[in-house]
Amino acid sequence: MTALLEVSGVSVTFDGFRAINNLSISIAEPELRAVIGPNGAGKTTFMDIVTGKTRPDKGKVLWGERSVSLLGMSESEIARVGIGRKFQKPTVFEEQSVGDNLAMALRNRREPFRVLFYRRSDADTARIREIAEEIGLADDLPRRAGDLSHGQKQWLEIGMLLAQDPRLLLVDEPAAGMTPAEREHTTDILKRAARTRAVVVIEHDMEFVRRLDCRVTVLHEGSVLAEGSLDHVTQNQQVIDVYLGR
Amino acid sequence: MARSMNARRTRFLAENPSVLWFLAGLSCFVIAVTVLAEGSGVSILSTSMVKVLGMTLCLCLVAVAMDVVWGYCGILSLGHFAFFGLGGYAIGMWLMYARTQGIIVESLSQALIPPTPTEIKDAIATQIFGVVGSNELPLIWGFADSLTLQLLMVVLVPGLLALVFGWLAFRSRVTGVYLSILTQAMTLALSLYLFQNDTGLRGNNGLSGLQNIPGLEAWPQSTLALWFFWASALALGVGYVLFAWLVSGKFGSVIRAVRDNEARVRFLGYHVESYKLVVFTLTAVVSALAGALYYPQAGIINPAEIAPIASIYLAVWVAIGGRGRLYGAVIGAAVVSLASSWFTGGGAPDIELGFYRINWTDWWLVLLGFGFVAVTLFFPRGIGGLFDYLVRKS
Repeated sequence: MTALLEVSGVSVTFDGFRAINNLSISIAEPELRAVIGPNGAGKTTFMDIVTGKTRPDKGKVLWGERSVSLLGMSESEIARVGIGRKFQKPTVFEEQSVGDNLAMALRNRREPFRVLFYRRSDADTARIREIAEEIGLADDLPRRAGDLSHGQKQWLEIGMLLAQDPRLLLVDEPAAGMTPAEREHTTDILKRAARTRAVVVIEHDMEFVRRLDCRVTVLHEGSVLAEGSLDHVTQNQQVIDVYLGR
Repeated sequence: MARSMNARRTRFLAENPSVLWFLAGLSCFVIAVTVLAEGSGVSILSTSMVKVLGMTLCLCLVAVAMDVVWGYCGILSLGHFAFFGLGGYAIGMWLMYARTQGIIVESLSQALIPPTPTEIKDAIATQIFGVVGSNELPLIWGFADSLTLQLLMVVLVPGLLALVFGWLAFRSRVTGVYLSILTQAMTLALSLYLFQNDTGLRGNNGLSGLQNIPGLEAWPQSTLALWFFWASALALGVGYVLFAWLVSGKFGSVIRAVRDNEARVRFLGYHVESYKLVVFTLTAVVSALAGALYYPQAGIINPAEIAPIASIYLAVWVAIGGRGRLYGAVIGAAVVSLASSWFTGGGAPDIELGFYRINWTDWWLVLLGFGFVAVTLFFPRGIGGLFDYLVRKS
């Protein structure tokens, strides 16, 4: 198992506030990893750095076998090397159909003129259907994405991630606002995705993390406090003090 | 191959019934105007009326372009009329040069010694630029003697301006109201620049006599008006189908996504700036072509045409007609611009209130303002939105 993503010694300061402080995390492929931590621990900022939304003050973010630095790349370039992201708030394109949302995410050429002359191939149609079945929206393909329930939007966004076929999925609070049954379905989707690729899940809900049954990284004040199995980290005295003991 | 092309075409039209309806409506309109026009003998529609209708079709085409850039891609450009004007100037240069050349060559042909090409050129320059106190042909008129090259300028000058401006603005991620202000600034700068006498485009005199087409002096204006009307209708039809195709496929999907959530599109791996640049430049070029068809019908172009307010009107037309639906832009542009020429051209009777007389030449803008506010508040989807109710009922 070699590292797919290697974050080392990264620090970010916003107006004097240290959001990330000498953070180092390594993600293998395939792997399922949960990142937990209290509010303001730097979980979302960590994703912002990896996806190119935020530039760190110092540190390295290396990607893939050839250890390419992600720091000089734009958001869209990072997405094209194979990193997909799901936001905390479901952000799907509400005015468009479920099928069009998935079609846009499909791993195809992204240049404007290629897209202009793009015709949906049978393979693409089949792939869209396959993903729609996986996320339980097979009957909703022609529906306007804005008409979906909150949980369905979360799934659609996960489906868009899968359609991108990334090597690394960054998923921010996928279970927020879901019913217990929906949560279970979400866990299944993520675990299945993690068989062939790296999946990093940010989550607040311990029950959900327990069901993911994976390696856990605890963040606190912008750096790693503990790492290991859920049972291991929950027995760590520091973790109990800053997070669980509250 | 041919069959698959046919199948595609059929599918595009089947998925976009509004395109067929639009083309049918446009064809009926063209036939009706042709039959009733002075040029074909019936004379119910005067030549000037045919010109107004032809010009209105050109305005509809800019409005469609504006709808694509604003309604679909979310870039509220308040500068597309500048591209329209530049297209007019580019074609106007040839029209004015070639016509002046014709007149001068004819008048000098009576001379005992035949004039040299330099003398002809100097005479043309004096004739065109005497009004701004110059007798030299500016450098930018270098291609003015060639229709082909000047037509190329119609596309290249506004196209390059849009490309460079858009590249600078989008690359710096200028969006929303800041971008609108920037496009207004560009328009204002261009218009103020053209007002100068030494810019080589005759300052505030502008270019005139554009209704006279060199080489077609024998044609009466009534026939020319009809030909320009047909050309404008053809341009609108082709432009409409082109844009409808552009916004209907995956490209349309991506630009609507850019409009609704630009950052999210970036994380899907699309280079948002390139998409905006393609849309901005393409619509600018179409606006310029519309301008090149408009000004020979208007007969004159001057810097006031490019004034910032013109581009704002364009946005108002699209908003009143209904954004994000191409036929809405056509309806908005046609209704508002025709109403505008009716009210300001003395067509509407004044209203006598006893203590005050409402003169529509002055009050039209107030009425338009109220109309705009009313549409924004009560019909956010514009006039075109009414079609939604019709479709839902049937």
